[in-house]
Amino acid sequence: MNPAATPPSLHPPAGAELAAEVAGLTKIYGSGNTEVVAVRDASFGVARGEVVALLGPSGSGKSTLLAAVGLINPPTAGRVAVAGQAVMDGPHALVELRAFCRHHLGFVFQKANLIPFLTARQNVQVALEINDVAPRTARDRAGELLAYLGLGDRLHNLPFMLSGGQQQRVAIARALANRPDLILADEPTAALDGRLGRQVMELFRRVAHEQRAGVVVVTHDHRALDLCDRILEMEDGILRAHQPAPRAA
Amino acid sequence: MNLAAQDIRHNGGRFALTAAGIGLLLMLVLGMGGIYSGLVHEATLLVDRLEADLWVVQHATRGPFAEISRVPANLVSRLEAVPGVARARRFVFHTIQRERHGQPWRFSVQGLDWPGDPGTSLPLIAGRPLAHAHYEMIADRSLGLPLGEKVRLGKETYTVVGLTRGMASSSGDPMAFFTLRDAQAVQFDLPGEAIRLERAARQARAAAGDLGRQQPGLLDRADLPSAALPALGPPTVSALLISLGPGADAATVIRTLAGWPDISVYTAQEQRDFLLRGNVDRARRQLGLFRVILVFVSAIIMALIIYTLTLDKAHDIAMLKLIGARNRVIVGLILQQALLLGAVGYAIAWALGEWLFPAFPRLVLITATDRAMLAGIVILISVAASGLGIWKALRIQPNTILS
Repeated sequence: MNPAATPPSLHPPAGAELAAEVAGLTKIYGSGNTEVVAVRDASFGVARGEVVALLGPSGSGKSTLLAAVGLINPPTAGRVAVAGQAVMDGPHALVELRAFCRHHLGFVFQKANLIPFLTARQNVQVALEINDVAPRTARDRAGELLAYLGLGDRLHNLPFMLSGGQQQRVAIARALANRPDLILADEPTAALDGRLGRQVMELFRRVAHEQRAGVVVVTHDHRALDLCDRILEMEDGILRAHQPAPRAA
Repeated sequence: MNLAAQDIRHNGGRFALTAAGIGLLLMLVLGMGGIYSGLVHEATLLVDRLEADLWVVQHATRGPFAEISRVPANLVSRLEAVPGVARARRFVFHTIQRERHGQPWRFSVQGLDWPGDPGTSLPLIAGRPLAHAHYEMIADRSLGLPLGEKVRLGKETYTVVGLTRGMASSSGDPMAFFTLRDAQAVQFDLPGEAIRLERAARQARAAAGDLGRQQPGLLDRADLPSAALPALGPPTVSALLISLGPGADAATVIRTLAGWPDISVYTAQEQRDFLLRGNVDRARRQLGLFRVILVFVSAIIMALIIYTLTLDKAHDIAMLKLIGARNRVIVGLILQQALLLGAVGYAIAWALGEWLFPAFPRLVLITATDRAMLAGIVILISVAASGLGIWKALRIQPNTILS
């Protein structure tokens, strides 16, 4: 599946197992004269094993939408379901959010946001231990995951000893550690050069397919869109399916 | 994985400096307690060492440690005649200040009732007890006198024949022990001119009175030494110490002596109480207040340090929350760091105290109770100090990771 082969749609093909589903999501900041509608009535779905790109100019509401879906910033209205479980109804959480995040969600940001006093392996291990995995098991699994992402020789390096791409791979390993149903990535390639950015996107595609996770990637980088299964677009808080520009004759 | 330990390992230098600062503060807290214990120890050392059952002092006074007390030396014979009294000793105690090598030289003089008491009960670390009636002294080593040193006091020269350790008066001055007569000689030493003037004044008083005119012989005797004049009383002592016989009832002896109008009698415990409630009490309260203030200062400084460390980690804490860390993980991180900081600070305080306190001019006595109390205080202030950091950490929102 790739964008060229899939007709533009906010939802995956019928019958696909959903990793996440969003319905009528609205996020409003401020009130009265200062009210800003950051996301307006957004509805979309992400299937397991699918990589969905979310495009849009700065300030269009992409990150706000991602934060709402990721339970970081509650929406003003709308519903969010992850792995078939309703988790938000408007601003009201229907589950214990932190516990839900632990089990079902993985995050990757523009900055790797690694904990500076932990080594590459410990940064992944901590996510597993937080999820009650025994320390020894967590240590082994973190090592395996980093090796899987090509960092087997960097396990004991502190973040400052790693390149930007390596740091981002550690962050991806951390996001994958607990085998989440949904991975949310906010401009994960923005700080990387084209080659590294593509590598990261390839990685998302690989883990999405191999681990059956849904991946939503907010990006400005059009060079790696061919690695995404579907592309959504936001403008002025309104979400729609991306219509590829007609090719010049 | 212990996040607190990992963070500390990563910021080892900063942690070590912070712990050193906390350690110095805690050393002061420990030192204040040690100074107080030292005060109490020094104040009661003499009373405890003398092992007297009862103290006989000047009537209506609280004894030589509280105020001036004068009782006639020959009272000792009257006391020994009281049923239940096995032994009575004369006690002379006073403090003198001289100059030695151009520096003020202050110490307390205690008279030993030689030959009955040559100083065998003193904690001698070198030399011997007094063996002669005159011109020998036992000095505490903090006086800085070596064995065999000759010391000129008044008109006489005394040889150091023994050295003690840790013998100080309630005011912290080192002690020196002489025979009773030598101690009195030191106490009542007058320059030759003063003696001549006193004899002349005595003659003048005798000549001016009827008695001198009627008995001219008195005028010849007036310039004799004081001890040779029967009209003058014997030299006084500060107190008399009573040791009771086996099975003697102290209350009975006290009741008997209470009927004597020229003296007051106290138990050793009462003498201790006079010392502690009088000389030491204000110092104790003063030190106690300083100690409380220092504990508060330590707690505030620790709280600020923990708070700053938490602020430094705000982003990491937000990330931990984002990946689902429970509050107890965050609280544990901060609390463990505070406790570790307190523990290392405590160890530094202990080690520094062991090294520095012996060099202090007055005794700093750190007891096991002081150490245990400080450990408790450290745990309390560590927990209290981490409260501010924990409060801040729990308010950090995971979405701050987006900013």
